[in-house]
Amino acid sequence: MKHLLAGASIALMSLTGAAAAEEYPERPVMMVVSYGAGGATDFQARIVTMTAGNEDALGMPIAILNKPGAGGRVGWNWFATQADADGYTLAAYNVPHFIAQSIKGGVEYSTDSFEPIANWGADPAVFVVAADSPFNSMQDVVNYAKENPGKLTFSGAGLFVGHHIAALQIEKAAGVKMAYIPTKGGGAAAMKAVIAGEVLGGVNNLSDAFRAREAGNVKILGVADLERSDFLPDVPTMMEQGLDVDNASVNFRGVMVPKGTPQEVIDKLAATVPEMFKNSRVASKMEAGGSPMLVMNREEVQAMWAKRQETLQALLAGL
Amino acid sequence: MEFIYYFGDVFSPLSFMLLLGGTIGGLILGATPGLSPTMAVALLIPFTFQLEATQGLILLGAAYTSTVAGGAVSAILLKIPGAPANIATTLDGHTMAKQGHGAKALQLSFLSSAVGGIFGVLLLIFLTPVLADWALAFGPSHLFWMAILGVTVIGSLDSASVVKGLLSGCIGLWLSTIGFDDIMGAQRFIFHPSLGGGINIIAALIGLFAIPQVLTMFAKGRNSGAAEVIAVQKHSVLDALRELIRRPRALTIGTVTGSVIGLIPGVGGQIAGLVAYDQSKKFSSESEKFGKGHSEGVIAAESANNAMVGPSLVPLLTLSIPGSPTAAVLLGGLLIHGIFPGSDLFDNHPEVAWTFINSMLIGQILMCLFGLYIAGLAARVAQVPQSVMAAVVLALSVFGAYSVQSSMGDVYVMACLGIMMFFFERYGFSAAPLVLGLILGPIAEANFIQGSMIANATDGMTTYFLGGALNKLLITIVLASIAYSAWMELRQRRSQTPADKTEVRT
Repeated sequence: MKHLLAGASIALMSLTGAAAAEEYPERPVMMVVSYGAGGATDFQARIVTMTAGNEDALGMPIAILNKPGAGGRVGWNWFATQADADGYTLAAYNVPHFIAQSIKGGVEYSTDSFEPIANWGADPAVFVVAADSPFNSMQDVVNYAKENPGKLTFSGAGLFVGHHIAALQIEKAAGVKMAYIPTKGGGAAAMKAVIAGEVLGGVNNLSDAFRAREAGNVKILGVADLERSDFLPDVPTMMEQGLDVDNASVNFRGVMVPKGTPQEVIDKLAATVPEMFKNSRVASKMEAGGSPMLVMNREEVQAMWAKRQETLQALLAGL
Repeated sequence: MEFIYYFGDVFSPLSFMLLLGGTIGGLILGATPGLSPTMAVALLIPFTFQLEATQGLILLGAAYTSTVAGGAVSAILLKIPGAPANIATTLDGHTMAKQGHGAKALQLSFLSSAVGGIFGVLLLIFLTPVLADWALAFGPSHLFWMAILGVTVIGSLDSASVVKGLLSGCIGLWLSTIGFDDIMGAQRFIFHPSLGGGINIIAALIGLFAIPQVLTMFAKGRNSGAAEVIAVQKHSVLDALRELIRRPRALTIGTVTGSVIGLIPGVGGQIAGLVAYDQSKKFSSESEKFGKGHSEGVIAAESANNAMVGPSLVPLLTLSIPGSPTAAVLLGGLLIHGIFPGSDLFDNHPEVAWTFINSMLIGQILMCLFGLYIAGLAARVAQVPQSVMAAVVLALSVFGAYSVQSSMGDVYVMACLGIMMFFFERYGFSAAPLVLGLILGPIAEANFIQGSMIANATDGMTTYFLGGALNKLLITIVLASIAYSAWMELRQRRSQTPADKTEVRT
């Protein structure tokens, strides 16, 4: 009897699901951002969703809801366990953050808990030092770390976020031990530690580092990505400087829904959301803010998640 | 003096309309429980998409200034502090309102807000380069000692005795450990899904301050039956101004403390009001009146929390580092127009930078004028029958706690803490030290962990935490603060004879 009831209710749900999907979305949609108002993810999420109400996009506005805490764990935990899987609750993802956290454990989500929709941005990690630092290249940093094992302090925005991944990769590639100092309060606090001279260097977001360099406060020594960035054509990648660091730490930002969301809704979102990101107004605002865009569709994001899962599992296995 | 050239831009029709709109809207948003200045500014960001950079910033700047001051309205009239900045305002402000002096309390709070606020913005205009160095001087070890300094204030803050103050401070410190630890990501005391994000400070504020009061009002209604009507006394603005001038000490201590502490990234805004309140209590010749509806308490707290507004933007405007959550939201408002704070802002877009700063200056004055106007009207809230009032405050509390992050979890947290506090208050414990513990706990902990990581990699714990001029200065202040509290307590006990336990002269 129980089975029958369960089966009936599932059938009913999928029926209503199909009916609802045609009309979707009928009311404003909410998007959870796992970081505080004013952070880079929040800022970009607000820009890329600003045209959602247009007829050629969703036709309904997307409202941003911040659930910050513990490097994103609070928001994603909530999203994985408590959000309604009806397509009216979206979330912003940050890769590699949530994947690294799920591998490390102690959270209630993994890549299997979410369905990606589309990617809007890719912000590589860079290595920064204060403007008056004696270091002028990654080689200088590595040499210092070799002579003073464990004494080169460098900041980043927390444990098991993109910055930390980049830090681990740099240490592994150079075969040195350095002192990674996670800060509370995101990239801004980590950048402040570098500028104030509390630490000798730091890993930070390319967009924030670009601004800090414009203000004359820091030098950028290397980009942890496969190619040089358009914003920083003069800064070599880690690979160019002989450090085997790939793009595993690049902070990919995009939209996802909880597992169990009706397939029709996922399809509809996967078709419209990437087009929404490509809107010219969105692109100009993102560029003005120094935020690198990278629009990827659902299949591309699925492939990217799977690849990150593999890389990070290998990298974090030793920890 | 460059800023004077750009004063004209503030008065162009559209800019001035936005300034007016931002100020009035900000006052209303600020007076709404649960809407902190950060939230209010974040809500306005979408409106600035359509505006030019300068005008967008005028709107945001005006809203920032007036939401901070607007928080005093609900703090004084309803005992719901809108943001941590207004906690100290409730201590004397609400007591004054209960005695029928709500109008006076509001007038004093807006006048001292304006004085503090204008001083803070002037500091921002004239001393920005110097202040930027000061903001950078605070590393993890210094922030740790700052937090400890805050802890020493706990004992003497609004409690029947130092021991009870310290006890509730400890409860606050413990509550602050609930949730994910921010640096290591470890889970602590999460026995219910609502606690995953830790105890939200705004929800806790509402619960700890407003709910015990609601329960007391309901209890009274049942007991006496006769509704207690408070005669609201009219109070002229001139009298308030005179009162303010007669209290230069509280005003000076509030303004200076607020400006100096407001500058420190990450710590300032939350504790400026409380530290200023405590300091002016210690230096006052009438310190026994604090907490019983004394005007100095309101003046110190409100001048401090608005004085913090200007300096808190220094790290953002000069170094492009947002020093507070609100500054981070303002940074977004700038970036959207392709303007990078820092030297770029002042060299290439001086009209944006200076018009923004000027609008905050004019905004302070407008805020004061509108504030004084509504003070007279708003103070009549006290005449509302207690049973109705209790229902209204309860509804606003639930709404406020829910609206922080649209989560029922925060409402449960608010309710539990509120009921707990209701019983605690009966035994002479007080909410202010508990909240201070809740705020300072994470600051002290995170900076201690971070500092010890740096120390272990470099020159060791002793040198890192105890060496250096700034560390030594802060430790000296901490010790002096402890010694002073101990001395006061001892003196109080000695002079206290069994006959006059209530009348204690210091």
